[in-house]
This record gives sequence, C-alpha cells and structure tokens, in this order.
Amino acid sequence: MSEHVEQSSEHAVEHPGYGTFIKVWVVLLILTGCLVGMSLVSQTYAVWGLLTLTPLKAGLVFYFFMHLRYEGPLFKIVILVTLGTLLIFFALLFSDVAFR
Amino acid sequence: MTGHIHRDDFGSRLGMWLFLVTEMVLFGGLFIAYSYMRYRYPAEFHHGGSELNVTLGVINTVVLLTSSLTVVLAIVAVQRAEKRRAMAFLGTTLVLGLTFLVIKSFEWGAKFHHGLYPNSPHLATLPPGEQVFFGLYFTMTGLHGLHVIAGLSVLGVMLWWVATDRIRQDHYIHLENGGLYWHLVDVIWIFLLPLFYLAA
Repeated sequence: MSEHVEQSSEHAVEHPGYGTFIKVWVVLLILTGCLVGMSLVSQTYAVWGLLTLTPLKAGLVFYFFMHLRYEGPLFKIVILVTLGTLLIFFALLFSDVAFR
Repeated sequence: MTGHIHRDDFGSRLGMWLFLVTEMVLFGGLFIAYSYMRYRYPAEFHHGGSELNVTLGVINTVVLLTSSLTVVLAIVAVQRAEKRRAMAFLGTTLVLGLTFLVIKSFEWGAKFHHGLYPNSPHLATLPPGEQVFFGLYFTMTGLHGLHVIAGLSVLGVMLWWVATDRIRQDHYIHLENGGLYWHLVDVIWIFLLPLFYLAA
C-alpha cells in the first residue's frame, strides 16, 4: 500500500509545476529585451543577437514548453535530423552562392 | 470494462512531432530563401525593414510568448485536476491569440494604406530587392497568421473538451498535442521578429 503511494508521488514529481514554466517565460522575456536592445546598438549587434539569442529562445520553448526535456531520445533525434537537413540545404545554397 | 480501450499517448505525441517537423521544413525553406535574398539585397532589406513597426512586432512577441506560457500552464492545471484554472488559462490563450491577430491586422492595414500589398502598383515601382523583401514579409507573416488561426481553432476545441470533461486528469493527450502546435507557431514568430523587424 505504502509502496503504491510512493510510486504515485514519484510520478507526480515527473510533471513540472507552474513555477518552472513561469521562470522560463521570464527568461524568454528578458532575452527578447536583450535582442531588442542589441538591435538598437548597431546592425552588427542586431545580427549577432539574431544568430545567438533567437536559437536560444527557440531552444527554451522546445526544451521546456514543448516538454522535450521530459521525452526520451527518439523525439530529440527526429528534431536534430530535421534541423541537420535544413542546415545541409543552407550550406549547399551558400556554397553555391559564394563561388558564383 | 475500460481494459480493452487501446491508448498510445507516446505514439500520439510522436505523430504530432512528425507533423511538426514537416512544418519546420516548410518554414525552414522560407528562412533559407530569406537568407539568400538578404545576402543579395542588403541595402534594400535594410530600407524595407525600417518601414516596419518595431513596437508592434515586439508587443506581438510578448503576446505570443505569454500565450505559449498559458497553454503549458493549462496542461499543468489539467494534470492536477484543476479544471476551472485550466479553462481560465486556455481562455487567456485564446484572447492573446486573437490580440496577436488584431495587432497584425492593424499592421498590415497600415501597409495597405501606404500602397504596400502583394502585386500593388506602388510595390511595382520599388527596387527589386524591396519587392522581394515585402514579398517575403507578406508570405511569411501571412503563412504564420494562418497557423495562428488554425492553432486558435484547435485550442478552442480543446477548451470545449476540457469544459465537457473529454480532456481530464487521466486523459489529456489532445491538449498536449494542441499545445505543441501552438508552441511551434510561437517558435516561428520568435524567428520572424528579428528577421524582419530587428536585424533587417
């Protein structure tokens, strides 16, 4: 009986609470603020913000809001293969453009 | 009695993720097109980007990020059997999604007012690079807007199902998958903000 209770409470721990997601949301807002701030400084900073902070924000949404943190390896592999495929196409296009 | 009902929540989520990666490839193709065109027409993209309203773009980002939060909080509420709270969170998401669309329509309306809309006579007089910029702007934000409308429709059904107990503590996979779709719509906007409003 006590074992059953222990199991169910352990299961409850698997689900994150409200606090985790609210913290992630605050971080996302701060990163958005940084992104806007960088774009006000100069064009170069804006592009660096785009290349660093934007993937970071997307990663946080994927990892926490979309529960990837709590999923097994299969979903992560599916997404990494997709992103890798896009990256290959991106690299192919720009390798063509660069040597034109 | 309920023993014979077959349920595979993992399979459902996997199916949803496979659909979502096709969406990522769809928008990914457009992002690659944007990168090349921006590389080819840097000055025109800069000029085009300066005509967009940064304030509205940033407000819409905050609106969508918050709506993503309320969806994920609705799932936590359902897991805890807090039905009223789950409905309140989902209702907030719907209001925020509609707010996004209203702000977007004001933004597009202002562009239309200035003669900037697909295939407009004024657009035809602009340099080719700016035509490409506004072509990509209307295509990408328009396609994203359609996804917002689709996501709102799905989440509207989810709210109804939570209200009628079809989604409940022991069965909420539909809400999880609806939420995944909404988050992807949010992620796409996370990329659209800097591409068009901040770093162009």
